[in-house]
Amino acid sequence: MIDVHQAVMEVVPVRKGAAVEVRELRKEFRRKDSRKRGEKRGERRTRVALDGVSFTMEKGETVAILGQNGSGKSTLVRLLSTLLLPDGGQAFVLGHDVVSEPRAVRRLVNRVSVEASFFKKMSAAENLGYAARYYGMTSKDTRDRIPEILERVGFPPDRRDEPMEALSRGMQQKVALARALLTSPVVLLLDEPTTGLDPRSKLEVQEFVREIRETHDSTILLCTHDLNEAENLAERVGILDRGRLLALEPADELRHRYSAETLEQAFFAATGREFEAEGDEDDDDRDVFA
Amino acid sequence: MRTLATTMRAELVGAGGVVERNFYLTKRYIWWDLAWFFWTVANTLTIVFIAQGIELTGGQIDVNSVATSLLIGAVVWAYLGVLFEFLMETVAWERWEGTIEYTFMAPLSRAMHLAGQGVFAISYGLLRAVFLFTVCALFFDLSMPDANFLAAFIVLAVASISFIGIGVMTSVLPLISPEKGTQLGFVAQGTLLVVSGVYYPVEVLPGWMQAIAKISPATYALEGAREAIMDGAPLAEMWDEIWPLLIIGAVSIPLGLWVFSRGELYAKRHGKLKRSG
Repeated sequence: MIDVHQAVMEVVPVRKGAAVEVRELRKEFRRKDSRKRGEKRGERRTRVALDGVSFTMEKGETVAILGQNGSGKSTLVRLLSTLLLPDGGQAFVLGHDVVSEPRAVRRLVNRVSVEASFFKKMSAAENLGYAARYYGMTSKDTRDRIPEILERVGFPPDRRDEPMEALSRGMQQKVALARALLTSPVVLLLDEPTTGLDPRSKLEVQEFVREIRETHDSTILLCTHDLNEAENLAERVGILDRGRLLALEPADELRHRYSAETLEQAFFAATGREFEAEGDEDDDDRDVFA
Repeated sequence: MRTLATTMRAELVGAGGVVERNFYLTKRYIWWDLAWFFWTVANTLTIVFIAQGIELTGGQIDVNSVATSLLIGAVVWAYLGVLFEFLMETVAWERWEGTIEYTFMAPLSRAMHLAGQGVFAISYGLLRAVFLFTVCALFFDLSMPDANFLAAFIVLAVASISFIGIGVMTSVLPLISPEKGTQLGFVAQGTLLVVSGVYYPVEVLPGWMQAIAKISPATYALEGAREAIMDGAPLAEMWDEIWPLLIIGAVSIPLGLWVFSRGELYAKRHGKLKRSG
């Protein structure tokens, strides 16, 4: 049988000027429960990570998606990074479908996740060097660019050749930002880039994101569970709860819509749940991948 | 045409990036590499000593010939082990370090990514095999007056294509099941070890094992290397070993890439790329 809704979506052209367009995006995961006594096999449970999420981001816009652990933020970022395949709906980056044109999308996006993710014995310069080659940048292209970009993120030049494992988390996250910016992405996906950082490193990373926003024409999708970070860095703030995007508006309008004084109150009004304090678990780990 | 050239250039640079990354890793883990090389030398010496042991316990054998045959088997097996290890690490090591998602979201084609991994594995493996062979041959003062090392080297290089194809197929296993994948990789490697005549002629195996040996590239690599080094056979006389290697390579490389692409799609559909553990 033809899925009329899906068929209609497929023929609707991508809106011009949109950097990111997400239509009815859906993703679910099946995970095996741990085996209980008397059971031969653990039961399989289905968890909906994204439930018909739709939104559009203009070129150069910064959008923050607020959500608790397990709300689907990381799944959204992974779908836009071509690291996951959706179970329904579509997503486009500058008009390129993330499923049918993954390589075109990969040239346009880069990502910073909650874990810095580097080869820990290798230095910052080595990690950035090989990663840049994957994007077609030769050693000649990166000879000056890597020191420049490391300097911009406030990375001390005398520590460039130290193994990553010798660096603090804050320092590693700066290198992660440098890695993402090195390839000049049109769309930058920031998945809880400041989670677990000490207050000073957090401020430095936020300051750098603000600088990117002001000096580059990158479109930034910031997934966070830091309310202040969302409000201070983004033009629009979305509330993602249990895979559903409940709202996506400028922070003022969000507060107004829910007759709330603070973003936290607006979040509570929208979701019916208190906003949890920051945890160090990845978004996926609690509910979706539990 | 220009776009194609630009894409090809970017792909080659990307494959070079994989080689560069492995070079950095080897440099950073150099003491581990040296320790592992020492262990391989010790293991190879232990195997080659068996030839002398047989004679000492009354066996009537040509010690030089048996020792050389065992040495070739041990060196080719060590080389094969290096290739498999590097290819298995394509996924396993990156999962452990947490870099796999960054590698898989880069605009580098999987074929070139794996080609880069294969090129480094072959270069590193061959270099290591040459050192291992030289050290052990000198230790036993083995006499190889007719040896055609160039022909042996070429046979090993041709066999490497097939090894890479099989290695690519096994390298995707950790993506499908992180732990079981690595275990299955060892099973595949162990199967090749037992059926390919690494330390004995394939003819001593039961019939069903000899049938498997016929599709193992290691069988032909070992036969070719022994003919070249022990009998001094010229390359032209080794066609019987080379054509099966070319056929296995022509099948295993595209098959390996196909298997890997299916594994990658499965991982993306079920969220298995993410680091776990």
